[in-house]
Amino acid sequence: MDMGFVLTQAISQAIGVTAIIYLLATMGLNIQFGYTGLLNFGQIAFVAIGSYAIGVFMVQWQGSAFVPNLWVAILYALLLSVLLALILGVPTLRLRADYLAIVTIAAGEIIRLVFKSTDALGGAQGINGKMGEEFYAINPFPQQDRFDFGPLSYTRNDVWVVTVGWVVIALLLLLTWALMRSPWGRVLKGIREDEDAVRSLGKSTYLRKMQALILGGLFGTLGGIFWAVAKQSVQPDSFVPAFTFFCYTILILGGAARVLGPVVGALIFWFLLVFIEQFLLLLIDNGTITFLEPTQVGPIRFILVGIGLMLLMIFRPQGILGDKKELALDAR
Amino acid sequence: MLRGITRLVLVLVGFIAAGLLGFGPAQAEGPSITAVVTGADKSPVSGVTVNVTNAEGFTGSAETDAEGLATIEVPEPGKYTATVDAATLPIGVEIKGGPERSINVLQGDKKALFPVVPAGEGGDSGGGGGGGGIFADITFDRVLQLIVDGVVLSLIIALGALGLSLIFGTTGLSNFAHGELITLGAFTTLVLNTTLGLNLLIAAPIGIVISAALWGWGQNQVLWKPLRKRGTGLIAAMIVSIGLGIALRYTILFFFGGSPESYAQFAGQPGIDLGPIFVTPKAIVLSIIAVLFLAAAIAWLKSSRLGKATRAVSDNPALASASGVNVERVISVVWVLGALLAAYAGVFLGMTQNVVWTMGQFLLLTLFAAVVLGGLGTIGGAILGSFVVGITVQLSTLIVPPELKTASALFLMIVLLLIRPQGLLGRPERVG
Repeated sequence: MDMGFVLTQAISQAIGVTAIIYLLATMGLNIQFGYTGLLNFGQIAFVAIGSYAIGVFMVQWQGSAFVPNLWVAILYALLLSVLLALILGVPTLRLRADYLAIVTIAAGEIIRLVFKSTDALGGAQGINGKMGEEFYAINPFPQQDRFDFGPLSYTRNDVWVVTVGWVVIALLLLLTWALMRSPWGRVLKGIREDEDAVRSLGKSTYLRKMQALILGGLFGTLGGIFWAVAKQSVQPDSFVPAFTFFCYTILILGGAARVLGPVVGALIFWFLLVFIEQFLLLLIDNGTITFLEPTQVGPIRFILVGIGLMLLMIFRPQGILGDKKELALDAR
Repeated sequence: MLRGITRLVLVLVGFIAAGLLGFGPAQAEGPSITAVVTGADKSPVSGVTVNVTNAEGFTGSAETDAEGLATIEVPEPGKYTATVDAATLPIGVEIKGGPERSINVLQGDKKALFPVVPAGEGGDSGGGGGGGGIFADITFDRVLQLIVDGVVLSLIIALGALGLSLIFGTTGLSNFAHGELITLGAFTTLVLNTTLGLNLLIAAPIGIVISAALWGWGQNQVLWKPLRKRGTGLIAAMIVSIGLGIALRYTILFFFGGSPESYAQFAGQPGIDLGPIFVTPKAIVLSIIAVLFLAAAIAWLKSSRLGKATRAVSDNPALASASGVNVERVISVVWVLGALLAAYAGVFLGMTQNVVWTMGQFLLLTLFAAVVLGGLGTIGGAILGSFVVGITVQLSTLIVPPELKTASALFLMIVLLLIRPQGLLGRPERVG
């Protein structure tokens, strides 16, 4: 264990599977919260729907005529995500921002608890099994054990997963960029700035908010699908409200209402998180720090995340890329 | 409305007092051990042989009756081992946590619980997913027991919800770190109790006062007051409170570790039978104190000068300020009161369950459900909402798996928001 190892770990995590999952969910949140001003605290619900759809369809319902292959399962997952957005949005989108926050976080918890307590959906054990064989079967990378990129080393499957993840992210960034400079995107920003003004121009703000919720939810669901395929395992307790809060931290760090905000945020967030963890472990390992136990390093990371979120929100709510004038984070 | 709440509180006090005086604990003649063998959803399992032995060579044995109970008289107080004869269990099941229990009999009847779970699940949480025939298990006694449990839970929720609602009412902040006020109260008392060795009866009041001063008044002074001065928006403040909650929670984990702890006194207190229901004496005493706390807080808000000022600030801060109310002072007092009530809720939870770093986090959404259900920012609403939520949570276990009981309260909140967005007692105002 040395400094090179610490840096390698941090870099590989910053562009790795977990960062991609969080980034997809955060990009969805950027559309909902950054551009439209919807305080969705239940983004994890959309991620959970994506993961569980793949898990249940590919493992629990294996071989059923309803789900012939992974691609159909992904289609169903996206349809379920739209359905969830409609169910969530119809009652909540007319509510004030703080009510929306509480209802969405509650809905996320309900979904997690239902998954956890229903045996047909894996129960408390979750779902483990082959969830992405069709995906790994079309891996175009040549047959070899390891792929080395400088100090980084990946297995053949990992290279494929990470490559696809970042290609999907690039396409979605392009989509976000195109949408947000269209008239439709300008209406979303108008809703964030002054909903009544937009309404007085004859636009249906309810409809636009619903569309933003659906689109952002689909991004989150893609994150969930990616999660299930990449990790081949779906655990109910992964889908806790804290996930959404980390997404908010990433979004605010990078800069809300900026196309590249979530990317910058996710890269820095995961790099720092892993760097701090590995660096502290290194110092404990070689005896520089004696007052810490290795088990105490995990909590330190999250203490720093919490403090970081507070400080960002207080001193730099626009994050790294954002424009302070564009963030009217006040609604009551 | 406040009069209604006061009446409700009086009825509750009366109910608990009547429970104490009227039924009285069901005392057995000599010391005895009652084994309680129950299946999924607490349905009794009959015809199971339970053996009791001790180091002095005493042996006793009994078979569970139709209520799943087997009572074995023991000669004297002391340590005994109760074992379920696995051969007499129904096929395909086992006892959760193994068939043996070591029991310390002090006096009277001591209960030993033997939950039956499907074979292979004995090691973990098990229990849930009762499958068919759940409705058959609904008995009057069980409903009564769940309502009593629900009232106890409601009081804990109310202690947190009242503070949450007051802080929201006076400052507009949806405080996502309110759960941590509960956890901090419990841990402050734990430090005084186990690290400094003070008896819990002394440690708890000191811990609650320290919590009110440090975590309530101090938090407002250090964080929220400067933020209000800066003109930080409400949504921004809400996100700050989320960050604070995460930071506080993991700080507690950092210092105390993740395993549940209990206070040095009253930890393994045996329960007593009050007619058909089963409660621990500490839960009764803690509940009575909770009712007194809530009643005092409500009476103070209703009648004292500062209390009236608090309600005035809740109604309209600008108007209250113009009428000569010192808004910042009111907000300080509200934080102290909120932290005080939350700290007591933490001690209550810690004494009846465990002291663990996630205790407040798990309760937070339930608190929000109670506050939103009753009507954000209203005092009566917070109390009413707490009772609706607390009793719903417990009663819902009659028809849904126990893991889903919190979800049922959250679901109730969402449904109510559809019908009556301002909450049960809230004023109809624009919430959209």
